[in-house]
Amino acid sequence: MHATSHTGYAGHHDHDSHAHPTGWKRWVTTTNHKDIGSMYLWFSFVMFLVGGAMSLIIRAELFTPGLQYVSPEFYNQMLTLHALIMVFGAIMPAFVGFANWMIPMMIGASDMAFARMNNWSFWLLPPAAILLTASIFVPGGAAGTGWTLYPPLSIQMGMGMDMAIFAVHILGMSSIMGSINIITTILNMRTPGMTLMKMPLFCWTWLVTAFLLIASMPILAGAVTMLLTDRHFGTSFFAAAGGGDPVLFQHIFWFFGHPEVYIIALPAFGVVSHVIPAFSRKPLFGYVSMVYAIAAIGLISFFVWAHHMYVTGIPLTGQLYFMYATMLIAVPTGVKVFNWVTTMWRGSLTFETPMLFALGFLVLFTIGGLTGLVLAMTAVDIQLQDTYYVVAHFHYVMVAGALFSAYAGLYFWLPKWTGHMYNESIGKLHFWLSMIFFNIAFFPQHFLGLAGMPRRIPDYAQQFADFNVISGIGAFGFGFSQLLVLVVVFQTVRGGARAGSRPWDGAHGLEWTLPSPAPYHTFEDPPPFNQAEAHG
Amino acid sequence: MTRSPRSRAAGNRRIVLILLSVVVGSLLFLSVQPRLYRAFCDWSGLYDIDRAEQVSASSAIPGRPVTLQFDANSQEGTLLFRPKMTTLAARTGDIVTAVYRVENTLDRTVIGQAIPSYGPQYAGGYVKKLDCFCFKQQTFAAHEVREMPVVFFLDTRLPEEVNTVTLSYTFFEVPGGSAKSSVEGGK
Repeated sequence: MHATSHTGYAGHHDHDSHAHPTGWKRWVTTTNHKDIGSMYLWFSFVMFLVGGAMSLIIRAELFTPGLQYVSPEFYNQMLTLHALIMVFGAIMPAFVGFANWMIPMMIGASDMAFARMNNWSFWLLPPAAILLTASIFVPGGAAGTGWTLYPPLSIQMGMGMDMAIFAVHILGMSSIMGSINIITTILNMRTPGMTLMKMPLFCWTWLVTAFLLIASMPILAGAVTMLLTDRHFGTSFFAAAGGGDPVLFQHIFWFFGHPEVYIIALPAFGVVSHVIPAFSRKPLFGYVSMVYAIAAIGLISFFVWAHHMYVTGIPLTGQLYFMYATMLIAVPTGVKVFNWVTTMWRGSLTFETPMLFALGFLVLFTIGGLTGLVLAMTAVDIQLQDTYYVVAHFHYVMVAGALFSAYAGLYFWLPKWTGHMYNESIGKLHFWLSMIFFNIAFFPQHFLGLAGMPRRIPDYAQQFADFNVISGIGAFGFGFSQLLVLVVVFQTVRGGARAGSRPWDGAHGLEWTLPSPAPYHTFEDPPPFNQAEAHG
Repeated sequence: MTRSPRSRAAGNRRIVLILLSVVVGSLLFLSVQPRLYRAFCDWSGLYDIDRAEQVSASSAIPGRPVTLQFDANSQEGTLLFRPKMTTLAARTGDIVTAVYRVENTLDRTVIGQAIPSYGPQYAGGYVKKLDCFCFKQQTFAAHEVREMPVVFFLDTRLPEEVNTVTLSYTFFEVPGGSAKSSVEGGK
C-alpha cells in the first residue's frame, strides 16, 4: 500500500524526465494513462472478436434443429466462455480504457493517481484471458455451467472450472486496483475550481461504478473461492451432500451479479451523457438529477439480487419485496432517459456517427429496460425464467446498451486520440448495419422466449426453427459488420482529415481545450477551469 | 488552492486506505454469509437445509399402492448400466432398496456420475432418498462390475393421480473428474 502511493508520486518524476522506452518495452513498462487506455481498448476489442466468434458457433449450431456441428458439452462451454469473455474481457475493459484515456483529461489531471498500479491492472488481464481460453483444451474442457457458475454442476466439472475460477480471481484483482485508482484520481486530482457537482458526468458514472466494483468484486472472488474449496478441500459451503446449500451460491453470486449489471451500464450512461449534448448543441438537461439518479441506481442495485431467483423457492414476501425493489430502479433510469430526450428537445441536432450510436443506444436500451420490467414481475418471470426472452432482454441492455455506447464514445473521442477525423461514411454504414442486424438477431428471441424455448440448450423443438434462422442471419450479419470498426480505426490512426482541438462544435469540457492528437503528457500543471467547460 | 505534490500524495494514500477497508469489509461481509444464511433459514423456517431426507411419522405410514419403475441409461460405449429389477409393487411410505448393476466394458478407468430424473417429473419432489449412488462421482476400473443401491421412500403426500413413478438414472462420464469418493459410493 505504502509502495503504491509512493510509485504514484514517483510516476510524476518519470514523466518529467521525458525519456520513455520505445518499441514493445514502451507498452510493457508504460505508466502513461493514454498508453494504458489504448491497451485496454485494443485488448477489449480482441476479446470482443474472440467472444463474438464463440457466439457465432452457438448461432451456427442453433441455425437448424438437431445437433449439427458441436457436442452439447462443447456448446455449453462456448456459451459460458462467450458470456465470461464478453462481460469481463470486452465490455468492462473497454470502459476502463475510456476511463483511463478520458478521466485525467476531463478533470485536468496529469495522469492517474497511481500510474504504476495502473500498468499492473492492465497486465493482469492477458493472463486471465489466456487461462479462460486455454481451458477449452484441458481434459473435460472449459467451464460449461454458464457464466453464473452455479453449483452443483460447477463442483462436479473438470479442471477447466478451476482455470475459470483463477481467471475470475485475477480479473477481480485487476478491477479492484483499477477502481481504487479511478476513485482516488477523481476525488483527489481534480483541477482547482472543479467541484464534484461541476465534474463531467462520465467521471460521475465512473466514480459510482468504481465504488460498486470495490464493494462487489470481493464478493465474487470469495464466492468462487468457496467453490474452489468445495471442489478440492472437502468443505461443503454449497455441496448438498455435506450439508451445504447450492442456493446460497445463487444469493452470493447475484449479490455481486446485479451490481455488475450496473457496473457495465453506468459508464455507458456517462458516455451517452456527453455525446447527446454535444450533437444537440445544448447543455445536458438536469445535470443534478442525473448525478442523483446515478447514485440511486448504484445504491438500489445492491438490494434487488433475488429477482434472478424467483423460482428457487423464495417465499412470497421475498418475491414481492424483490419485485417492487427491482421496479424501483426504473425510476432513476427513467429520469435519465427523460433527461437525454429533453436535452435533444429543440436542440440543433446533427447525426454524425457518435450521435447515431447514442440514439441507437437510447432506443434499444429503453426496449431492454422495458423487458427488464416485464421480467421483474414474479408471476411473469416464473414463466420466462431461463427462456430466450431473458437472453433477448440482456442482449438489448448489454449489446445495444453498453456496446453501442462504447462505439459512440469511440467515434466521439477518436479524433481527440489520433488527431484525424474518421471516415464518416464507413462509420454510418457500421451504425446502420449494426442497428439492423442487431434487431434481426435479437428481436425474434423475445418471441422464442414467450413461446417457451429454453436457453443454454443446443437443440430445440421444430416449431422454433423459423425464428432461429432469422436470429442466426442477424447474428452473422452483426458479427461481420463489427470488422468495419477495425477498418475505421486503422484508417484514422494512419491518416485522414486533420482534427482541430474541438472537432465537434457542441462539445464542452477540458479535454477539448487540448490539441488533437492529445500530447503524450497533458495538464502537468492544473488548467484553469471556468463554467463554460463545465457539464460536458 | 494548488497543493504541493506531497500533500496530494498524502491525500491519495488516505483515500486508498479507506477504499481498501471497503474491500476488506466486503470480504468480511462475505465470510459471515454462510453462517448468517443458515441462521436466517433456521429462524424463518424457510429451508430445512440441515435435515437430510428423514422418515417422519406422517410421511412414512404405509399408504396406497404405487408401481415403481426403474430405468437406466448411459452414453453409448462406456458403461453397461442396468437396474436389477425393472418394476416393483410398493406402497407410499415403504422404504425401498433398488439395486443397479454397472459394468465398465472399457479397457480404461471411467469416472462418472449418475444423474436422476423422474416420471412424471413432479413426482421427483416426493421421492425421498436416504442414500443413493447418485450423490457422488465414482471411479470404475477397467472391466469392473459393481452393484450400487439407492434407498428411498415415496412421500405419502404423493398426488392422487400418480399411480406409477419412474426412477431413471443416466450415467455421465465426467472427463477430468476428481472422484474423491469412489469407495463409499460403490459398496
